[in-house]
Amino acid sequence: MAIEVRDVNKSFGTTPVLRDVSIDVESGSLTALLGPSGGGKSTLLRVIAGLEQPDTGTVRISGVDATRLAPQRRNVGFVFQHYAAFKHLTVFRNVAFGLEIRKRPKDEIRKRVMELLELVHLEQMADRYPSQLSGGQRQRMALARALAVEPEVLLLDEPFGALDAQVRKELRTWLRRLHDEVHVTTVFVTHDQEEAIEVADTIVVLADGEVEQVGSPAEVYDNPANPFVMRFLGPVTEIGGSLVRPHDIEISTEPVEGGTAATVSRVVRLGFEVRVELQVEGRDAWVQVTRGFADQLALKSGDVVSVRPTPGARSLVLATV
Amino acid sequence: MAKYGLRTIAVLYLFFLLVLPVGLIIWRTFGDGLGPFVEALTSASAVHAFQVTLTVALWAVAANTVFGVGTAVLLVRHRFPGKRLLNALIDLPMAVSPVVVGLALILVYGRFAPVGGLLESWGVQVIFSTPGMVLATVFVALPLVVRAVVPVLEELGDDQEQAAHTLGASRLQAFVRITLPGIRWALAYGVVLCLARSLGEYGAVAVVSGRLVDQTQTLTLFVEERFQNFDQPAAFAAATALALIAVITLLLTKLLRPKG
Repeated sequence: MAIEVRDVNKSFGTTPVLRDVSIDVESGSLTALLGPSGGGKSTLLRVIAGLEQPDTGTVRISGVDATRLAPQRRNVGFVFQHYAAFKHLTVFRNVAFGLEIRKRPKDEIRKRVMELLELVHLEQMADRYPSQLSGGQRQRMALARALAVEPEVLLLDEPFGALDAQVRKELRTWLRRLHDEVHVTTVFVTHDQEEAIEVADTIVVLADGEVEQVGSPAEVYDNPANPFVMRFLGPVTEIGGSLVRPHDIEISTEPVEGGTAATVSRVVRLGFEVRVELQVEGRDAWVQVTRGFADQLALKSGDVVSVRPTPGARSLVLATV
Repeated sequence: MAKYGLRTIAVLYLFFLLVLPVGLIIWRTFGDGLGPFVEALTSASAVHAFQVTLTVALWAVAANTVFGVGTAVLLVRHRFPGKRLLNALIDLPMAVSPVVVGLALILVYGRFAPVGGLLESWGVQVIFSTPGMVLATVFVALPLVVRAVVPVLEELGDDQEQAAHTLGASRLQAFVRITLPGIRWALAYGVVLCLARSLGEYGAVAVVSGRLVDQTQTLTLFVEERFQNFDQPAAFAAATALALIAVITLLLTKLLRPKG
């Protein structure tokens, strides 16, 4: 295991932020800490980096107990949401910082920094200052800077959080490819489930300072441990007392076995998919269908239909209140 | 019309308050040419006063720079009990009259006071000597570096320092390589202000120095003493020199300010 976190508790004042958190991160994996803001995921990342001290519990990095180790002795790379670029240093000197601290020979530093700048496509920007770079470029520089010291684990705190949607998507794909090239154990924090599912090979869902579920993206999406995880990972709707994904619902104009009667209240066309809003047993629900399917049924508001979860689809029975 | 009226009032106000008095000093100083000015400033007493002023100011600036940066880091980056009290105490010298400061120092460090007596027995004379004058000046100029550095340090945040730590930098390395360059303009601004204040200090130094001519006489004390002794050329020459130093420091602060 690259990182083993055991029974970590952490409070800020009287507010508990992490409660008995234990996670394992496999060597060479790309793990997402996913959860709503205030869920403790950034704090957990900072505990792993040594930027926060846990009240109780231990952190092991590559088998070594690092709980009381200062951040500079943990050999972790950390990338901050707002880049934390050294403003008074050029891009080159930013990336070289960790190597200069380690007093590596000048030639070696030059070679390594240029390699890294090539890796993050910033080789033309070596002599610029951070203020002359775009947000995406700054974050790539921060990544190169963290990688320069050959860390055992790379930690990214909402790395794309401050970027606009377009750049965000680009950098996501790019991070996945970079990880496939470099293979350093990576943990990143995000509140965006799409980002976690697209990039990570393991997702740790954190809420209210507790681990809700750990698994591959497919596992947490298809087999959520509880209604919270199911709601957080993707769209859900409620039919017949169960929580179901709207794309996992069959809709038919004829009554079917196990189906529930519903009234169509609105049909919304969103490009190739169609959102059918329903009234089921006096409650709002919705179903996502393809445009072709909707056209075939010729649904319109006021129609009475029969709905049921697709056989084999995962649904969660909600406790009746 | 109202616009011009206001302008006229502002200009007249500044003219009678600032331009006329300072202008008159300069006019009186150079009224008989450059010769008397140079002569007055190169007299043994004047040169000695210059030296005393510089010695006291440099020590005070050095002390306030170290203390100022340290305190600013403490106030911005750390949480500890008594932080608000410390924060309030730093501004105290702004509120207290320098004369009070001087008297208070004599109460503690005078020859017949406990601390002063002890130091005296070790051969260190504080009052009526350079250490006392440095102390007084340090106290009077205390808030200047702290107050210049604190806002910039706050704005800088600790992200960069933390990044430096994760890259292997110790606290000292992170401070020298990251924090110090980050606050350098604010620090320089604070230091220049502190220097100006130290060079121009009169009240507190007047009390603790004992005004011993050719011994503990600073430039400001020299101006006053010459003036009292009807040696107006020397008084005006020294006053002009002080004013020139002030103008230069003012220009320096203007140069340093925009960069924050």
